[in-house]
Amino acid sequence: MADSVTGANPEHGADGDDPSRRDFIHIAAGVAALGAAATVAWPLVDQMNPAGDTLALASVEFDLTKVQLGQSVTIKWRGKPLFIRHRTGAEIASAIKDDKAALRDPSTDEARHKPGKAEWLVLIGTCTHLGCVPTFGGGDYGGWFCPCHGSHYDTSGRIRKGPAPTNLEVPDYAFLSDTVVKVG
Amino acid sequence: MSGHSNYIPKTGFERWLDARLPIARLAYDSLVDFPTPKNLNYWYTFGGILALCLGIQLVTGIVLAMHYVPHVDYAFASVERIMRDVNYGWLVRYMHANGASMFFIAVYAHMFRGLYYGSYKAPRELLWILGCVIYLLMMATAFMGYVLPWGQMSFHGAVVITNLFGALPLIGQSITTWLWGGFAVDNATLNRFFSLHYLMPFMIAGVVILHIWALHVTGNNNPTGVHVQSKADTVPFHPYYTVKDGFAIAVFMLMFAAFVFFSPNALGHPDNYIPANPLVTPAHIVPEWYFLPFYAILRAVPDKLMGVLLMFGAIAVLFVLPWLDTSRVRSMRYRPTTRMYFFIFVVACLVLGFCGGRLPDEHVIPGLKTFHLLDADTNSMVWLSRIATAYYFGYFLIILPVMGLTEKPLAQPKSISEPVLSHSAALPVGAAASPEKRG
Repeated sequence: MADSVTGANPEHGADGDDPSRRDFIHIAAGVAALGAAATVAWPLVDQMNPAGDTLALASVEFDLTKVQLGQSVTIKWRGKPLFIRHRTGAEIASAIKDDKAALRDPSTDEARHKPGKAEWLVLIGTCTHLGCVPTFGGGDYGGWFCPCHGSHYDTSGRIRKGPAPTNLEVPDYAFLSDTVVKVG
Repeated sequence: MSGHSNYIPKTGFERWLDARLPIARLAYDSLVDFPTPKNLNYWYTFGGILALCLGIQLVTGIVLAMHYVPHVDYAFASVERIMRDVNYGWLVRYMHANGASMFFIAVYAHMFRGLYYGSYKAPRELLWILGCVIYLLMMATAFMGYVLPWGQMSFHGAVVITNLFGALPLIGQSITTWLWGGFAVDNATLNRFFSLHYLMPFMIAGVVILHIWALHVTGNNNPTGVHVQSKADTVPFHPYYTVKDGFAIAVFMLMFAAFVFFSPNALGHPDNYIPANPLVTPAHIVPEWYFLPFYAILRAVPDKLMGVLLMFGAIAVLFVLPWLDTSRVRSMRYRPTTRMYFFIFVVACLVLGFCGGRLPDEHVIPGLKTFHLLDADTNSMVWLSRIATAYYFGYFLIILPVMGLTEKPLAQPKSISEPVLSHSAALPVGAAASPEKRG
């Protein structure tokens, strides 16, 4: 390095290994600057992800005795609607009958409710297409129908027709007792 | 900005300023002395109209931000307060809301003008692409602005549009959560949309400066599409086009005022006067009219990811248009067959807009029973949208590349002046207009 500083003739330096040393310094400095820029950029990007207090609003408890047979209730969970449906025998039968039908997102009715609790269906109430809220009782399959772009769901919340790619999502939930569920 | 400058500082102060910051020279060269083709028609006045639209949105928007509260509990009420209690708040808000629609009317006229006269072709490719960037920024700004009043359409529009990104494989879910700042569209979303809605018009203004800069390097295109050959083909921008643009602006403002004062909600949706409710989606959810063609493309496809890709593709294709059109003839005036396809393209865009505003299952011909094909009734808005979507992409990807190679264009004039001066009507008996031609 000292050579290249004192040497007045630049061609002189080109013969030795000075250019590669200089290249190395250039690249190293460039990488360090890029790394520094990235470490500053990441907080600016990540600040848009859910904040701590948003993440803390995780779970709700719900008393099922409020829902009569054949009724559903919509509650708000993490800013989204949550469907809690008290299914009739006919609905359950129709859902089980369709287990073997051609399904876009194959799943048995059994897998979509808690064991021995076939009458209780808990679903996130946003259409898997673009997030609208489907209404119950519409559509060709006796379940939910999304008014935005015409997705049809059956009595198990499985997608049967329309643009939605997957079934209505089943959230993580547990029965605290026979009449109380905790979602989240 | 290009070529030499004819600016002569007259006063001592102008000479002092010109030696330090030649801003008066810049203004003179670009707004007064700028040589402009002398045959520009009224389709060329929309650039000036658009500049005014941007100015109106900026001024009214800054005023609205003085009274608006970007919080889910207060946003709707603060907008109602602007409408009822703030002095002239109703006027400012109606100007801003209708101003967005006027902005899009003008930008669509401006874009179709560019498509018809081939303004995207060499050497104006970058000028066109900068315009596409402005259009994209306008759409983002308009979408976020529509969310701010926090009505039912605001909320569920935001849900649908942000969920579009969820269609992307693997990263989709993380992107929507990142956009929302939560597990759903909520206060964090509203707050950031307000911040970005305030930022983006200034980004637009920045790109507009680049757009005008690029325009002043290449010069205006014109209805013949033929390059300017000599000074005889141009007139100075002022007073010729300041007056012509001024007249067009006055007429445009008549329409703007008619909406603001007589029909301020005609272009909006009544559901947006219902406060946002995340638990109930309105039965018929539609975007603002200027997004309807793209919404129709989205719904035309039975697959979620493909629908989203096609919708974004409809805008992406505009960016590569300069290289898709293989013809070197700019103006459609001299391309009779392609011109016919162009007018069908305009109709296809209007049809898409019509379909986007209707329910997907609605019949096109009432009462006619047909059969199902690819998940939809052949007599439904879905199939009409599919046909129009196919034409939209076909025009850019097949018709323009092929027509440039196969069509024999009509003879173009040698210069802008030639068709005017050689026309018999331009030479009345004994006219002194061109004495050199008299025997």
